[in-house]
Amino acid sequence: MKLKLPKITVWRAIFAVVLLSGLYATYLRIMYGLGGATNLSDKFPWGLWIGFDVLCGVGLAAGGFTLVAIVHIFNIERYKPILRPAILTAFLGYSLVVVALLYDLGRPDRIWHPLIMWNPHSVMFEVAWCVTLYSTVLFLEFIPVVFEKFGWHKPLEWIHNISVPLMIAGVLLSTLHQSSLGSLYLIVPEKLYPLWYSPLLPLLFYISAIAVGLSMTIFESWHSSRAFGRALELPLLASMARVLAVLMSAYLWLRFLDMARRDVFGLLLRNRTETWLFALEIGLMVVPTLLLYQRKVRMSPGALYACVVMILFGFIANRLNVAVTGMEAGSGAHYIPKWTEVAVTLSIVGAGFAIFRVIAEYFPIFEAHPHEHAPEMEKTEADSVAVG
Amino acid sequence: MSRAILYDSTLCIGCKACEGGCAERWGLPYDDKIAAEERISAHKLTAVETHGERYSRRLCMHCAEPTCVSVCPVGALQKTSLGPVVYDAEKCMGCRYCLQACPFQVPTYEWNKRLPKMRKCDMCYERQSQGKQTACAEVCPTGATKNGDRDQLLAEARQRIAEKPGQYYGKIYGVKEVGGTSVLFLSAVPFEQIGLRTNVPQEALPDLTWRVLDLTPDIVSTGSILLGGIWWITNRRGEVARKEGRRK
Repeated sequence: MKLKLPKITVWRAIFAVVLLSGLYATYLRIMYGLGGATNLSDKFPWGLWIGFDVLCGVGLAAGGFTLVAIVHIFNIERYKPILRPAILTAFLGYSLVVVALLYDLGRPDRIWHPLIMWNPHSVMFEVAWCVTLYSTVLFLEFIPVVFEKFGWHKPLEWIHNISVPLMIAGVLLSTLHQSSLGSLYLIVPEKLYPLWYSPLLPLLFYISAIAVGLSMTIFESWHSSRAFGRALELPLLASMARVLAVLMSAYLWLRFLDMARRDVFGLLLRNRTETWLFALEIGLMVVPTLLLYQRKVRMSPGALYACVVMILFGFIANRLNVAVTGMEAGSGAHYIPKWTEVAVTLSIVGAGFAIFRVIAEYFPIFEAHPHEHAPEMEKTEADSVAVG
Repeated sequence: MSRAILYDSTLCIGCKACEGGCAERWGLPYDDKIAAEERISAHKLTAVETHGERYSRRLCMHCAEPTCVSVCPVGALQKTSLGPVVYDAEKCMGCRYCLQACPFQVPTYEWNKRLPKMRKCDMCYERQSQGKQTACAEVCPTGATKNGDRDQLLAEARQRIAEKPGQYYGKIYGVKEVGGTSVLFLSAVPFEQIGLRTNVPQEALPDLTWRVLDLTPDIVSTGSILLGGIWWITNRRGEVARKEGRRK
C-alpha cells in the first residue's frame, strides 16, 4: 500500500501558517504572561479573547440548543437532518471557548475554582457554571454519534432514556448562558457607550444568539454540501431563513425601541468611531433581514448564503462593539489586539473548522442515521414525520 | 464601627510620603522613578496626582457595596465589617472582572508575571485590625490623609467645610458616589478638576446585575414547566397520530 501524502492546497498552507504562529504565540503567553502576549492593560482588561473567542464563540454555538429545541422539544421532525451538525458545532464551539479561557485567565490552573468557591452575586459565576454544565450536556448530546459509529447499543439506550430532561436542561442552560454574557456588561453603565449599554443587554444577547444559531446552521449546511458533495437541504433551509428574518426583525425593532426609550439617537449625529462601527453593525443586520423576506433570495443557495454570512458578521460586529469599541472611551484606553492575540484566535477558529471536518468525515453527522434510537422510538418518529 | 480615610486635597503638599509608606507596608520597591509615575499600578497601590497647583490621591475607595466584591466569581474579594475591601489571592483565577467592573478603575493586574495576582490597596486591613493607623495616614506630615471612624471623619469633613466655606468646594466626595465609599475626599475645586470621576452613578452598582441574576431560579423553574409541557404536548400529538394511523 502506498502512503498517501495530504495534498498541499492554498487553504491548507494558510492553515499551517496560522497554526504555527498560534503555537509561537502560545509559547509567548506561557513564558511572558498576559503582558507579553496581549495589549491588555489595567484600564482595558478584556480584549479580543473575551470579545471574540468567548462572546462570539458562545453565540455562534447557539445553533445547538436552538435546533435541539426545534427538533426534540417542539418535535418539528423535518429539521432533523441538520440537528447533528448543529450539535457538533455547539460542542466544538464550547470546547474551544474553554481553550480560549485557558489563554485568557491569569491563572488557568484555577479554572475550576468557581465550582467550589461560590459567589452567586457574580454574573461570571453564573457564566462559569453554565459553561461547565452545558459543555457536559453537549458532550452527552453528541456522544450517541460515537456509540452509533461503533455499534454500542447499550450506552446508546442509556443516553436515550435521559435524553428529554437532558435536552430541556441544555436549552435552559443556554438561555441562561447566552443572556448572562450580556448581563456581564450591566455592571459598567458609566463605561459602555450608550449606543450599546442597555438594561436589556441580557435579552438582546439571547435573541441575537438564537438568530445567529440559525444562521450558523445554514452556513454549515452550505459548506458541508460543497465539501462532502451532498445535496443542499434547500427547502428546509429556506423555511429556516423565514424564521431567521422574523427573529432578526423582532431583534432590530427591540433595539430601536430600546434606543428610543433611552433617547440616544442624538449620538448618531456625532462623527465618532462608535457611530460608524454602530452603523456597520446595524447595516450588516438590516440588509440581510430585508433580503430574506424575498422568496427569490431564500430559494437561491448563493443569495441565502450571502445573507447568512452578513448576519454572522453583523453579530460578530455587535459583540466586538460591546466588548471593545464601546468600552474604549469610557475606560479612557485605546485597544488594538497584539499579533499574538490574533494568532491564537485564528488558530482556534482554524482548529474548529478542521476538527469539524474530520469528525464529519469519519462519524455519521450528515448521513441518514437509522440506528440512532431504540427501535420502538423510531416508529413514533417516522410516523410523526409523515404527519408533520 | 466602620473605618475610613479622609483625604483633604487642600492640605496636601504633594510630598508623596503616603506613596513611600504604602510601598514599605507592601514590601514594594520605591524610588524616584516610581515616585514620578502618577498612576496606580500593580507595583504602586496609591499615587499622588498633580492637577496644576493642586494634588489628589488615587487609592481604592473601599465602597460600602463594592462592585468588585459582587462581580468576583470565586469570592476572592470581600468587604470586611471593619471597612476595608480585602483580597484573597489564593482564590483568584485571574478573570479580571474586577478590573473591568470597578467604577474607579482601581484594581490592577500583574500583567507580566507567569502566576499573576490582582493588586489594590486594602486600607491596611491587618494594621487597622490591630488598632494601628493605615501606613499612608501614619506618615502624612500635614494631616491631609486621616484614618479613623467613618462617621467621625464625615462629621469632621462637614465641620471643615462649615468653618472655612471659602476654601472648600462645598461637597464631600464619597458620601453618595456609588452608594457611599469608605474613602472621602475634600477639595477646593469641583472634583473632576482633581481627577475624580464624577460620572459614576449615585447608587450602588451591584443591584444592576443582581436584578437579573435574582431571576435565575424563576427562569429555570418556569422554563422547565414550559419546555417539558411543550415536549409532552407535541410528543403526545405524535402518539395520537400514530394510533390513528394504525386504525386506518
